[in-house]
Amino acid sequence: MANALPRSFLQVATTEEVASPLRVVQMEGLAILKIIKHCKEFSPALVTGQLLGLDVGSVLEVTNCFPFPVREDDEEIEADGANYQLEMMRCLREVNVDNNTVGWYQSTLLGSYQTVELIETFMNYQENIRRCVCIIYDPSRSNQGVLGLKALKLSDSFMDLYRNNNFTGEKLREKNLSWVDIFEEIPIKVSNSALISAFMTELEADAPVTQCDYDRLQLSTSPFLERNMEFLIECMDDLSMEQQKFQFYYRNLSRQQVQQQAWLQKRRAENMTRKAAGEEPLPEEDPTNPIFKPLPEPSRLDSFLITNQISNYCNQINGVAGQSFSRLYLLKALHEN
Amino acid sequence: MATTSEQTVLQFKPSTASLTARVHPLVIFNICDCYVRRPDQADRVVGTLLGSVSPDGIVEIKNSYAVPHSESSDQVALDIDYHHNMFLSHQKVNPKEAIVGWYSTGFGVSGGSALIHDFYSREIPNPIHLTVDTGFSNGVGTIKAFVSVNLSLGDRQLAAQFQEIPLDLRLIEAERVGFDILKKTAVDKVPTDLEGMEASMEHLLALIDDVYKYVDSVVEGQVAPDNSIGRFISETIASLPKIPPSAFDKLVNDSLQDQLLLLYLSSITRTQLSLAEKLNTVAQILGDQSEIRASSRMSIPIRFFGQSGIIL
Repeated sequence: MANALPRSFLQVATTEEVASPLRVVQMEGLAILKIIKHCKEFSPALVTGQLLGLDVGSVLEVTNCFPFPVREDDEEIEADGANYQLEMMRCLREVNVDNNTVGWYQSTLLGSYQTVELIETFMNYQENIRRCVCIIYDPSRSNQGVLGLKALKLSDSFMDLYRNNNFTGEKLREKNLSWVDIFEEIPIKVSNSALISAFMTELEADAPVTQCDYDRLQLSTSPFLERNMEFLIECMDDLSMEQQKFQFYYRNLSRQQVQQQAWLQKRRAENMTRKAAGEEPLPEEDPTNPIFKPLPEPSRLDSFLITNQISNYCNQINGVAGQSFSRLYLLKALHEN
Repeated sequence: MATTSEQTVLQFKPSTASLTARVHPLVIFNICDCYVRRPDQADRVVGTLLGSVSPDGIVEIKNSYAVPHSESSDQVALDIDYHHNMFLSHQKVNPKEAIVGWYSTGFGVSGGSALIHDFYSREIPNPIHLTVDTGFSNGVGTIKAFVSVNLSLGDRQLAAQFQEIPLDLRLIEAERVGFDILKKTAVDKVPTDLEGMEASMEHLLALIDDVYKYVDSVVEGQVAPDNSIGRFISETIASLPKIPPSAFDKLVNDSLQDQLLLLYLSSITRTQLSLAEKLNTVAQILGDQSEIRASSRMSIPIRFFGQSGIIL
């Protein structure tokens, strides 16, 4: 292995290792079951928990997890929460569980999880861990017969922007960032140890009767769709409010520009007369005048998040409607006389 | 059994109630995982079972955690502090889960188990002992649950006998949906809505095929008819509601139209979103207010659609 020039130690030490991008999240069946159990027990309340595992190359392995107790907003309980976490990690290390935090999981209701708190939590985690992921589980989807599990990550470009707290339109256009780019969804792979697989096959033989999951074949989807629609409408209202804010801003901006032009004209006219009178011309800008104060542009973050939520609801509606079509056609065929 | 105090008959204290145990698959997963991760010198893994006892004698085992222990030929040591600490931590999350027993891997019950069982019976009145045979002796992975029953000779306690109680493996729906995933050693991706639907339909089709074949073979006389199955099949078919075809068609078509409406609505919303975004960025470049006003005017018909769509 002869390189052209052997790299000096200094060179190697200074070149930063480029982390390979995260391509897939590999979860163990154990972690998935624990998440399902925890979220389902406390639904409809929203709960969170910590993910433990290993970070290997382009795969993030999640091997275990533990739930967080429901936190009341009390100052003293904050310290308790940290103690609980340390205690759990210590105990799990004693039984040889990977006690390496790789992220957290949370439950959600009908997919309404895109909030600012999520982004903040991500930023907090990212400071300490190089790669972290958030698993979202939706217990209401399991009533429709689908495993509602998703792995999310903030995209890097978005994180840079957020750190600088800079959400003006130009910056976003520079980076070509739109609302789709905030969250990246990562595919989930499931792995199980051979022992567990053997046990499960043992306990539930592969008989077709037990395999048919009838939940998916139920016809009544209207409660789910109704709630989805309700949430969708609320989000549209929020979105139109945000757009009105922008309208307001632009109107003010243009009005301010008109005022500035008028003031400039006046100044120029004044300067002409002063030049004619042989006096010093006044400066053309006046920073103390309030009409020159730059208006703050409203942040686009909220509208992006709302847009994300809306698109999520739309996707869900599409999925459920697609399923309903199949069911209805099946029913039709059944009744063919 | 009426006995006088002088009779020395071996007495079994009958089990207090017909105790049955129900185990959630999460517990099995946990136990297997702990077994795979056990320290090298340990032969088996021991841990606590958490759950609840219902008043009609059914013990539900919902959760578990491993407890470090060391075992030699004549001594057994269990890390009691660890057990208490973990229990307190679990209590913080779920105060309703209580200790219901303990588990160990390995086939059958050994001498050391009696001591551990003793310890647990000091914690709760009637602990359940679960054995999970990870060694697959007899070529089968057996999971058994035991309760301890005291054998006494007259007034003296002789021994404790581990009596087996019936065990039931339960699956709740969310786990049932993902069950195919949980069974294999590696699944490449979590199935989406439509793929799952396809799988369910295929299963249903396979089931119907089987029933069809069975009925055919009975009619041809190849298989001896079983009256109970025949009755069951006829009941199932009779349970299809008898609706006149026109009414049925109307029903199905109405539902189809509702779904189509929703699909259309969500497509419009998506278009609206991408349009609004384009307009917003254009507005910055041109600084033109009128385009923004146009986009906000578009959102009003969407809300109108949405409100009429709720009447499903």
